[in-house]
Amino acid sequence: MISLTVNGTRQDLDIEPETPLLWVLRDEIGLSGTKFGCGAGLCGACTVHVDGVATRACITPVEAVAGSEVTTIEGLSSDLGRKVQQAWLAQQVPQCGYCQPGMIMAATALLAESPRPSDADIDAAMTNLCRCGTYARIRRAIHAAAEA
Amino acid sequence: MIDMMKTSRRSFLKSATVVGGALLLEFALPTLGPALGGPAGRAQAAAATTGINSFIRIEPDGAVTMTVGQAEMGQGVYSGFAQILADELGAEWSRVSVVSAAPHPDHNNPWLDMQMTGGSMSIRAHYDVLRKAAATAREMLVHAAAEAWGISPDGLSTEAGFVVDAAGDRRFGFGEIAAAAARMAPPAEPRLKDPADFTLIGRRIDRPDLPAKVEGRAVFGVDVTVPGMAYAAVRNAPVKGAAVGSVDRASIDGMPGVIDVVEVPGGIAVVADRWWRAKQAVDALAVTFAETPHDGATTAALMDSLRAAFEASDAALAEEDGDAEAALADATTFVEADYDAPLLAHATMEPMNCTASVGNGSCEVWAPNQSPVSVTAAAAEVAGLEPSQVTVHTTFLGGGFGRRFEPDFVAQAVAASKAVGRPVKLIWTREEDIQHDFYRPAAVARFRAGLDADGNILAWTTRISAPSVMQHVFPGAIENGVDPSNVEGAVELRYAFPARRVDYVMGKTHLDIGFWRSVGHSHNGFFTEGFLDEVAAAAQADPYQFRRRLLAHDARALKVLDAAAEKGDWGAPLPQGRGRGIAFHESFGSLVAQVAEVSIEDGDVRVHRVACAIDCGMAVNPDSIEAQMESAIVYGLTAALRGEITLEEGKVQQSNFHDYELLRMDEMPVVETVIIEGGPPIGGIGEPGTPPIAAAVANAIFAVTGTRIRSLPIRKQNLEV
Ligand code: FES
Ligand code: FES
Repeated sequence: MISLTVNGTRQDLDIEPETPLLWVLRDEIGLSGTKFGCGAGLCGACTVHVDGVATRACITPVEAVAGSEVTTIEGLSSDLGRKVQQAWLAQQVPQCGYCQPGMIMAATALLAESPRPSDADIDAAMTNLCRCGTYARIRRAIHAAAEA
Repeated sequence: MIDMMKTSRRSFLKSATVVGGALLLEFALPTLGPALGGPAGRAQAAAATTGINSFIRIEPDGAVTMTVGQAEMGQGVYSGFAQILADELGAEWSRVSVVSAAPHPDHNNPWLDMQMTGGSMSIRAHYDVLRKAAATAREMLVHAAAEAWGISPDGLSTEAGFVVDAAGDRRFGFGEIAAAAARMAPPAEPRLKDPADFTLIGRRIDRPDLPAKVEGRAVFGVDVTVPGMAYAAVRNAPVKGAAVGSVDRASIDGMPGVIDVVEVPGGIAVVADRWWRAKQAVDALAVTFAETPHDGATTAALMDSLRAAFEASDAALAEEDGDAEAALADATTFVEADYDAPLLAHATMEPMNCTASVGNGSCEVWAPNQSPVSVTAAAAEVAGLEPSQVTVHTTFLGGGFGRRFEPDFVAQAVAASKAVGRPVKLIWTREEDIQHDFYRPAAVARFRAGLDADGNILAWTTRISAPSVMQHVFPGAIENGVDPSNVEGAVELRYAFPARRVDYVMGKTHLDIGFWRSVGHSHNGFFTEGFLDEVAAAAQADPYQFRRRLLAHDARALKVLDAAAEKGDWGAPLPQGRGRGIAFHESFGSLVAQVAEVSIEDGDVRVHRVACAIDCGMAVNPDSIEAQMESAIVYGLTAALRGEITLEEGKVQQSNFHDYELLRMDEMPVVETVIIEGGPPIGGIGEPGTPPIAAAVANAIFAVTGTRIRSLPIRKQNLEV
């Protein structure tokens, strides 16, 4: 039995310990906002917060987060998280939207650590992929959220 | 309580119905397109005429629901369609919502006579019919209000969800008179609004699909859940077309959660109670695939076979004007160059997936797709059912770009569900997605141009060869041996060439070939605008001024070119090591010019800025147009700088984002878009931003380094300043 807290709720899971957190979230707990893009830590579509740190859930075995607090896009209820989501809407960032939960989780973690990120900070922290090419708007939205 | 109204034969309103007090309007769209043949065309002909299809639904409380038959894949079609409908109807924007339509001929693209999302056509093809549908509804609401008030409908109008009288002192909410409106005779020719009175069309409107997308609530195909469903992971044949040989089920004995091993079209699937378990098992499964005639196929051989077309004597004529050969013989200066572009994968962020539930005499499918009729046909065939027994739900698409026109993954999900007798969600890994695409064809072109002593072009010829895009989907589109999707963007150039000839040799590959954002324009935009830059250099002319001269007769094109040059500061001094390149290309009814500003750092190209001007006739949502220019530029730039699919031993070598790299945030140039509304007809916006970018960047690299880029991707070149 592996126990962890997801969006404030304790989860006790009877599952192979090497199962990636991504699939635990999606298929065991039913939180499908966290997306599958590459399964190899390369795209960031699966980004969640583990104890506040942006983490790629597809390459994180669930046993590695036992006892941790996991936050997904569905549980992003902090003031900062809402600010980021508002900025995303104000800049009309998403296109297909598939990468955006991961982008928003990565941006929120960046802003928590660095409330006024420079363009270079954004480049360094936001390594997630967006096939629709929403990068310019994401940059604008992060700056806007920092100023909100 | 259903109250059905017989409609006039001249109206395209099929029915006006009241269900539970809501007004439902259903329209049959007039179509113009020819039958295209192929499986999709046949499926369209057989498409079921069942399912809820109302375009406009007005609830008693005044809420308005628009049913949109075009897939929302990021291009903003939900908001574009809703804007047009709501404006013409006079609805209150905040009360308007959009739902995805079930496949139905009434949602056909009127130009093609089939329901599909692609070709940058959604707004262009539907603009008139959407307005007419909404105007019909508006007039019925107005007539119902006039009858209730006992006055003439003249002078009544709608605004923000109300019918108001001329003096403005009486009003009916749409919901209050929806039921009465259903009993009104529909107008044969509803009056359309004066564009001067538009309140939504032309404005930056917030897209209705975005709140769900930033909160993680949007349901993509991969997110569908159905009670009792199992999950499937797939191993597709490593060489396209290879049959499954032996399968050793014992190799996965005892693996947790495994339900069954199922042969599916194109490969083998493991069905399990969780996707991760299915994937573990399919990875561990001992399976062999039969030999194929293509086991030795390589990219090098493919490119050689395409280049052989340069010497072919039987090329098919795609376009001819004047006597190009004679003019070339007269030329003072002769320029010749060969270009090539590689195979490319779509790499939508959401890997291919489908959920299917095959029951007794029925099949239900949930699929992110661009072609619901192809999905219906594929599902019906595998399930052994009639198309009318198949129900298709189109979810949000995590990217389409032409890939989701194909239903290969649907057939697999249906086969898996049929085999295990329960609903199955089938998800491809990224590796399967990249290695089993319907690829953008590799293409080659040989250009020749002749100039007179003053540097004027006398003749322009192009020989193109590429594997056909249309052959398997719409064979009827191939005429006189020419696949229009391979030559588009190399023919009908707006430049004043006194003589021209474009011909074509169809290439061959065992790989599946498909529509990739901007299709043939994606390579031909690079080829033609790269070569034109070479000709400008041979004429010792400024590349921008040279294009201006060739477009002197074409005020509309000049305006676009000038706008990009101005926005991109063409001619202004640049620091050492930086250069600008310009390109102009027409596609999908829109004209686009781009100026790219680049530098070379450590042999690698950095694109700093792209100024982009587009004339798309008219702008429905300027913000969506800007978004699509940004998107199309990144898509084309990714391909130009890095994109390449290669083959060895018949297999695609790339597998994930480490070897099929996409541009990231740190490489995103600043994109500045100028929108020009040159007047009707409306042009497309999803694709036209892609074709010019590779050439704009290649031409900028020439400006910095003196090196011509004639082969993509650019990263293969050793660039030095
Ligand atoms: S799905 Fe986890 S990084 Fe791509
Ligand atoms: S919005 Fe489509 S992948 Fe980012």
